[in-house]
Amino acid sequence: MEKIVASMAGNVWKIVKNEGDVVSSGEDVVILESMKMEIPIPAEADGVIKELKVAEGDFVNEGDEIAIIE
Amino acid sequence: MSFIEELEQRVETIKQGGKEKYHLANTEKGKLFVRKRLELLFDEDLDIEDAFFANCMAGDLPSDGVVTGIGKINGQNVCVMANDSTVKAGSWGKRTVEKILRIQETALNLEIPIIYLVDSAGARITDQIEMFPGRRGAGRIFHNQIKLSGRVPQLCLLFGPSAAGGAYIPAFCDVVVMVEGNASMYLGSPRMAEKVIGEKVSLEEMGGARMHCTVSGVGDVLVKTEEEAIAYARKYLGYFPPNFRNKPPESAQKAVKASDKTITEIVPENQNAAFNMIELIEQVIDEDSLVEVKKEFAKELITGLARINGRSVGIIANQPRVKGGVLFTDSADKAAKFIQLCNAFNIPLLFLTDVPGFMIGTKVEREGIIRHGAKMLASMSEATVPKISVIVRKAYGAGLYAMAGPAFEPDSVLAFPNAQIAVMGPEAAVNAVYAKRIAELPEEERNAFIKEKQDAYKDEIDIYRLASEMVVDDIIHPDRLREELIKRYEIYEDKNLTFTERKHGVYPV
Repeated sequence: MEKIVASMAGNVWKIVKNEGDVVSSGEDVVILESMKMEIPIPAEADGVIKELKVAEGDFVNEGDEIAIIE
Repeated sequence: MSFIEELEQRVETIKQGGKEKYHLANTEKGKLFVRKRLELLFDEDLDIEDAFFANCMAGDLPSDGVVTGIGKINGQNVCVMANDSTVKAGSWGKRTVEKILRIQETALNLEIPIIYLVDSAGARITDQIEMFPGRRGAGRIFHNQIKLSGRVPQLCLLFGPSAAGGAYIPAFCDVVVMVEGNASMYLGSPRMAEKVIGEKVSLEEMGGARMHCTVSGVGDVLVKTEEEAIAYARKYLGYFPPNFRNKPPESAQKAVKASDKTITEIVPENQNAAFNMIELIEQVIDEDSLVEVKKEFAKELITGLARINGRSVGIIANQPRVKGGVLFTDSADKAAKFIQLCNAFNIPLLFLTDVPGFMIGTKVEREGIIRHGAKMLASMSEATVPKISVIVRKAYGAGLYAMAGPAFEPDSVLAFPNAQIAVMGPEAAVNAVYAKRIAELPEEERNAFIKEKQDAYKDEIDIYRLASEMVVDDIIHPDRLREELIKRYEIYEDKNLTFTERKHGVYPV
């Protein structure tokens, strides 16, 4: 099990992968919007998205959990 | 036994290092014997070795646990000190310390690089009065390192532990390469941490290679094997002159990597979209010449040595792919040290700018982002080597300043045709100026009002307007960046300036 966390504070702009989707390491899972920039948050391991912990529009702090990969 | 036989026998014994069981234990951990490491590091092994017989009267402390000498790397003489962890875990006795001091002083006298191959348990407590507190005690090693710093390249390859005071050897080197799984640095061991402060933690978590190369930033390069560490050191040194008096050597390999994507295609027009700056760098530099420093740390900024048309260059580039390329406390620190490294050894600097600014918010203010950002500005400002800033896409706020903006005496500021230079981006600016008006407008009118103001703002910061005001020195075709840089670096090559007259600045550390 691998946690994906926000690399910096910002708003969840776009959900790219949903629960149940297969992802490989380096693939974007969500895109945050912060400092007026799109901030891609990639998976750091291969697996399946077991749980998505955010919705579009949510504010996340640096280090907050975004998804769990299994 | 004849004198000759006795000599040969003694040499043979000492060359074997410590007891067989320690050799076996090292092999199990993937660690090479110190003499094997040196054989791989140098073009053809060590040429000379001093104090080989150090502490030979003790019988069981061959060379007193450290090998010191000089050999050639890429044809250049380089000093080395290498711990032998088969001898009392590489711990330091009186003669160990004296040997290290002498090879450092040789590096200082000859003005040639020095490499520290560290694999040591630290001080030999039984010898502490002789090796710890005095004028020629271990403290002197660090004093010498500080004196050597910026005069000759100093490199640390960390193959094992570097404990307590010993952990300052890597700290004072230009670059520290750590072997994952074996290398560690800490002031107090996990056992001591548990005893003294009640913390339960593993060695890997507290002082392991991965932690130091990704979190603390005390390590610079994370590798899997000792061979990889040695190969990195040999390649890295190829970008450096032997000392600050000389220029870096030139390489004969001068071709750029073939690619199906041009720089124009690599950089998205939309200012807010992410892209991978490494792809752009590869279109500017000679093929396979990028050697990143702190690749795994503060990845929103890339710092690396490379060659352009065979000449060394130090690249500082924002990475929009990570954290939007925004500058943080760690990225500012990373840049500050790398800029100093290049400036010290006459390596020209290239800033590839695409930065939304420094991070804002409570977290970074509490971390002292102003103080950390000031370090980056100070070292960039003080750098007197040829310095070129390329505005790839955006340069907002203090980000422009930190990336060798026009006010900091770069030799040139070049902009791509879609570059934006401003105190802040259009979205933020319109919000800052018109927040109250926007809030007062009926909802259906807001978007049109915002768009109108943003467009007006974009016109105001138009790059041709900035070129007209001579803020940028030229607007260039992105696909001709490499040619432009080759010409400019050649012209600026003999630049020789003193930043200002004084003893030294009061650094914003």
